This record gives sequence, C-alpha cells and structure tokens, in this order.
Amino acid sequence: MPFIKVRDDLCKGCKLCITFCPKQVIRMSDRLNPKGYYVAELFDKEGCTGCGICARMCPDVAISVYREDKKEVPA
Amino acid sequence: MKVVYERPESLLDVPFTYCPGCTHGIIHRMVADTLDDLGIRERTIGVSPVGCSVFAYEFFNCDMVAAAHGRAPAVATGIKRVHPDKIVFTYQGDGDLAAIGTAEIIHAAARGENITVIFANNVIYGMTGGQMAPTTLIGQKTDTTPYGRSVEANGHPIRVCELLSSLDGVAYLERVSTHDPKHVLKAQKAIKKAFQYQVDGKGFTLIELLSTCPSNWGMNPLDSLKWLEESMLPYYKPGVYKDIG
Ligand SMILES: Cc1ncc(C[n+]2csc(CCOP(=O)(O)OP(=O)(O)O)c2C)c(N)n1
Ligand code: SF4
Repeated sequence: MPFIKVRDDLCKGCKLCITFCPKQVIRMSDRLNPKGYYVAELFDKEGCTGCGICARMCPDVAISVYREDKKEVPA
Repeated sequence: MKVVYERPESLLDVPFTYCPGCTHGIIHRMVADTLDDLGIRERTIGVSPVGCSVFAYEFFNCDMVAAAHGRAPAVATGIKRVHPDKIVFTYQGDGDLAAIGTAEIIHAAARGENITVIFANNVIYGMTGGQMAPTTLIGQKTDTTPYGRSVEANGHPIRVCELLSSLDGVAYLERVSTHDPKHVLKAQKAIKKAFQYQVDGKGFTLIELLSTCPSNWGMNPLDSLKWLEESMLPYYKPGVYKDIG
C-alpha cells in the first residue's frame, strides 16, 4: 500500500495537502510541532494511492511519497 | 516500498522562512526539482533578490549570490559572462523585478543574456508588510492603497510578460500559476523548459509565476489560492508570450 510521510518539523499546518488530496485521506492531527503549528497527517493508509499531489502542493516540501512500483510522480 | 517523491537534492535540509501556505515554497520546490532532473545542480549559480525570498541563498543546494534590490539580472549577467559554462538563474519578486529593478530586467532581456529568471508575482510587497507594488490590481487594498488601488492616483498595473515580449533578445517567456495541482504541473514544465533553453544556449528566459501572499492579503492560504484564481488570472492571463522554439 502506498503512503506518505509528513515531516512534523517542516509542516506549518497550511492545509493545502488536505485540500488537494483527491482521496481526502489527510487531516490535521492534534500534535503541535516545536514552532507551534498543528501538523497534517495521513489518517487512512488504505486510501492513499501515492499520487504525490499533496507533496507537490506542499509549500514547505514536508511530504515524501512511498510506493511499490517504479513509476515516478509525473514531472 | 520505496520513496518515489521526496525533498529534491537541490534543496538543503532547512525549513523555509515563508509564512504558512505561501506559494514561494511551491516555486522553490519546482526550481529544485528541475535542477535535479536536468542534472545541473553542481554547475548552477542562483541569484537571490531582496524580498521574502532573499533567503533563497540559504535554501538552494547550489552556489548562491544575494544581489541588491532589483539588481539580480545585472549580477546574473556578470556571473554568466565570466562563467558561460555555468547555469545562472535569478529568483525575484514583483517588487524587486517590476519596481526598483525595472531597468535591470528590461536591459538583461534586451541584451538577450543567456540566463533564466524565476519571477514570483504576488501583486504586493510581502517582506516590508504589504505595500502596493507596480503589479497590484486596480481596486486591490494594500497598506498604501487602503481604499483600493485607483488608476487616477496609482496608474495601471504592469504586465511583465507582455512588456518584455516585444524585445528581440528574449527566447522564452511564459506566465503560469500556482493555485492548483494542474497549474503547478504546467508551471513545472515551463520552468524545466526555461532551464533547458539556457543549457542549449538559446538566450534569455523568464517564467512568471502567479503566487500568493496570505499574510499581507489578509487571507488564509486556501482563500488566497481562490483569490489568485478569481482576481489575478483575468488580468494576468497565463500563457506563452514568446517562444523562439
Ligand atoms: C534599496 C532598497 N529599497 C527598498 C528596500 C525595502 N524593501 C525590502 S523588500 C521590498 C519589496 C519586496 O517585494 P517583492 O519583491 O514583491 O517580494 P515579496 O516579499 O513579496 O516576495 C522592499 C521595497 C530595500 N531593502 N532596499
Ligand atoms: S509575507 Fe507574503 S510573500 Fe512573504 S513569506 Fe509571508 S506570505 Fe510569503
């Protein structure tokens, strides 16, 4: 199953990933990072297709995408 | 399971200093992905502006120089002429490029310098707290146009791509947007093409990226993207303004 990792130290809680995720599987967590931002998290691992749209729209480059196949996120 | 998309090598592992949701970060990422994809990171020299993106020299994992306000195209000209084998780009805001730096950008373009300009247009001065820029829209409220920009008092907003498109030195000019994934993908392609043109020695290239400034627009990140689409796109039409092919 594909999944994403959001780096807590980089996330500023802007919610762009949540908005643009076609599968709506990202949400705000109740974790605060040291800067005082609530950070985003993947809550439905089954639903993530690894499309990478969240990562591309993340202004803080906080998201990495994991997938089985070799197909890359289209450049 | 393997990682298929992660932080590009061309970005250092430091947090951006931009406000939450500011699209400067999306644009940085696209530039860094391009340097990775084209394999040119180690021979690239970037020039950062004055503005919120002044700290670009802290973020990109290539050689960087910081220029005085608006002077990035002049500094880039010098670097490129001394090191024609290097890939040289500037990263500039609209206050930097279209106000104090108008002369530099016009003449660098007219001379056909073989450099790439990444132009983030957020229609306001971000770093200094939200004053009107030459690109501010008619009716747009800023710190210095509290009742909205008016033609009588402030003149018309400058469209940089249209302005530069008449210059023979220009090889490629495109305006793109950052307000949704579809447009970001288009923007990524345009940036890559601009750098490829420089690698091929084709001449001056500039990509204008419509960008947000949630903090000084007084909106949350999402509403900013909507405002960009609804208010900026009609005046700043995306498209290719010049392409010598
Ligand atoms: C010579 C000089 N004049 C004025 C300033 C003040 N100043 C700093 S940033 C800026 C405008 C930046 O706006 P923009 O280029 O749109 O970038 P943004 O911060 O919006 O990304 C100005 C006028 C300065 N630093 N140096
Ligand atoms: S002030 Fe505006 S342009 Fe500057 S980082 Fe904040 S949102 Fe971005």
